[in-house]
Amino acid sequence: MSQTARAARPEPEPSTGSARSGAAAGRGDAKHPASGWRFPDALYDALHAEWTKLRTLPGTGWLLLALAALTIAVSAAADAATTVAACPPGGCQSDPVKLTLTGVQAGQAIVVIIAVLAVSGEYSTGMIRVTLTAMPRRLTMLAAKAATVAAPVLAVGAIAVLASALAGRLILPGHGFTTAHGYPALSLGSGPMLRAAVGSVIYLALIALLSLGIATAVRESAVAIGLVLGLLYLFPIVTDVVGNQHWHRHLEQLSPMTSGLYIQAGVNLSDLPLTPWQGLGVLTLWSTAALTLGALVLHFRDA
Amino acid sequence: MTTITPYRSTTRNTRDGFGQLLHAEWTKFRTVRGWVIGMIIAVLVTAGIGIFVAAGGASPSCQAVNGTGGQSGGCGGPTLTLGPGGEPVTDNFYFVRQPLAGNGSITVRVTSLTSLLPPTGSELGTPPSRPGAVPWSKAGIIIGATSLSTPQPYAAMMITGGHGVRMQWNYTGDTPGRPGTVSAASPRWLRLTRDGDTITGYDSADGVHWAVVGVVRLAGLASTVQAGLFTASPTIPVNSVNISGVTQGGGGGTASTAVFDHLSRTGAWPAGRWTGGYTEGDLAAEAQGIGGYHQVAGRITVTGQGDIAPAIPDQGQPGSSQGTIAIYLIGTFLGLIAIAVVATMFMTGEYRRGLIRTTLAASPRRGRVLAAKALVIGAVAFAAGLLGAVGAEIVGTHLADSRGTQVFPEPWPTELRMIIGTAALVAVVAVLTLAVATVTRRSVAAVSIVFVAIVVPYFLSAVATLPVGVADWLMRVTPAAAFALQQATPQYPQVQAYYAPVAGFYPLAPWAGFAVLCAWTLLALGAAAYLLRRRDA
Repeated sequence: MSQTARAARPEPEPSTGSARSGAAAGRGDAKHPASGWRFPDALYDALHAEWTKLRTLPGTGWLLLALAALTIAVSAAADAATTVAACPPGGCQSDPVKLTLTGVQAGQAIVVIIAVLAVSGEYSTGMIRVTLTAMPRRLTMLAAKAATVAAPVLAVGAIAVLASALAGRLILPGHGFTTAHGYPALSLGSGPMLRAAVGSVIYLALIALLSLGIATAVRESAVAIGLVLGLLYLFPIVTDVVGNQHWHRHLEQLSPMTSGLYIQAGVNLSDLPLTPWQGLGVLTLWSTAALTLGALVLHFRDA
Repeated sequence: MTTITPYRSTTRNTRDGFGQLLHAEWTKFRTVRGWVIGMIIAVLVTAGIGIFVAAGGASPSCQAVNGTGGQSGGCGGPTLTLGPGGEPVTDNFYFVRQPLAGNGSITVRVTSLTSLLPPTGSELGTPPSRPGAVPWSKAGIIIGATSLSTPQPYAAMMITGGHGVRMQWNYTGDTPGRPGTVSAASPRWLRLTRDGDTITGYDSADGVHWAVVGVVRLAGLASTVQAGLFTASPTIPVNSVNISGVTQGGGGGTASTAVFDHLSRTGAWPAGRWTGGYTEGDLAAEAQGIGGYHQVAGRITVTGQGDIAPAIPDQGQPGSSQGTIAIYLIGTFLGLIAIAVVATMFMTGEYRRGLIRTTLAASPRRGRVLAAKALVIGAVAFAAGLLGAVGAEIVGTHLADSRGTQVFPEPWPTELRMIIGTAALVAVVAVLTLAVATVTRRSVAAVSIVFVAIVVPYFLSAVATLPVGVADWLMRVTPAAAFALQQATPQYPQVQAYYAPVAGFYPLAPWAGFAVLCAWTLLALGAAAYLLRRRDA
């Protein structure tokens, strides 16, 4: 049946248009007959179709809500549980910037689920055949999917990060993070905090793209989630117990999660194996690689 | 007249036994290549990561944290000191001693115990200079202690910085006496008497009314033992959060000074002078000028650092040389991900392909189908977990030995509990996943629920940056509590250390943590059995 999808590619059947909904279909038919692919319109149609699919799934809204709720809750809990004065004698060096955004580490699990569902949901129901019949250009479809998944993650991620930052600002001064103790006030106007907040939102979107790429490659949702979480958590866990300093450093530099989260670093930047933006770059490389793999597999494999 | 024989199937009429059901489920499992591969991957990552960790454990660049008087051992340092019970101990403190032949007693009054802490924000190894409280600083009297670098049975009466009078013996024994801190206005009297192998400790507020704190029998106590006054001041853990997560430093060395008077003894003591010094010859402390005693008109002042207590492994410090065998099991976590994925698909695969209708037609008693599936996936996961854990422990330990990495020795029951516990943990998580998958019938939902319930809490508590309070709480109520089965070194209340999941210390006892996981699993199985019966397939 994937042959149907492939056969449809050079010359989509007339029914293709009716698979698209309402305005998009009419518009597409009017401007260019089903034979040609013109950049902005075809992409617009693909985006519209993907967005409709994502929007009308009942789970999406709940998952986005969960993303915001989990991120904010874990951040606030971490803020509330840390008190600088309670540090044992000998002093302690806490990073309030990172602490404020702890919830991102929990929220990313939800992001993985959202992104994997967007792809594997199509495979598990057979919807993928309809999708590819309607949009025979598979890479356009994948690009549209990536954009429609990343956009809500960016939006909700931004809300969650802002709320976490606000919670930190309200909670932390009561827990000893005051200028009197040598900690700068946490304001989004300050350099490290702004960088960490913006970077965390980008981090979540990159995680979404990474998951999307892997899910496209393996199709099965459970396997995709397992692979993404395995990839994310493998490095920090191994790094944690590897004693060799060289291995330790290289593992940290390779790790999509550890490196990516350098963007949240507020203190001791010189101790990091990478600068914060380089760290986010490592994650970008991972996401690009995963998307490329997904695109290749999607292009060359029967659906 | 012809008789019509109705058709009878020639296949033998077998009972619809549970055995057949198990066999059917096992056949399903074994013939799906992806699931078998998933289980093999689980074994390989569990063992492989353990071996990788063991291989990367020791390194030429490994820098031992020379905790001043802290844990003995370290990278290239002296080997671990083992106490009479076989557990690693810290046995380095300032000891003012004389040999005591046969039975006898020693009595003393303590009028002051003060401590110095390292300056705030200082580098490791900075001499302590800031007055403060060290909860487990110790000063008092001791009988039968170390004969210089070889731990021997001992018993001691001491006043501590924050835990009142204690009687301690053989490193792990600890009994409280009179509470409160010591001062010139409220001194403490301490007494130890030896009678053969039995040592009795007393304390008193006035030197007249004595109370027995403890009576201990020390097997293997030599007839002539060292006895005298001592001061110990353990290293304080430094809890620091750095960018890549919570990092536990080796902490800062402290120093304590105690003032004794009214020293009196009975028994066969030599007439000569006292000998003072660190039991293991602490060069670091002596280089900083910490440690010494002087005697002025019956008042003896003893200053020292170090500790006489069970040793706690270096706590999650990158590059630390003292691991526990628990670190070889770190791959369990990834193996668990693979097994959860397989267990999910073991159930959701039936729904996705419509096989569930065939299954339920063949065995209409749905509860038994669930039980058979749970048994099969549980047994397979147990085997996978066991193989992975045994591989990781055995190869990891040998590799670490051959590379000279110091690993905290554990008694065999602990090691066995960790290995069997890992297999049990993996098996029960597989059953839990199966139950959740039966309830949700969809892979994504099932895998997500299991990951959010187990993998994420474990990761956030044991690896990432969550504060200790939240981490402890997570490791109590979530199914991830079962990871307590992998705790190697026990937690000692009389040693101040960073007891947190990230350092390998879980808030629940091993099997109590496992019980939490089992409770969740039973709950999920109950819901699954109910829904499987009530819903259309």
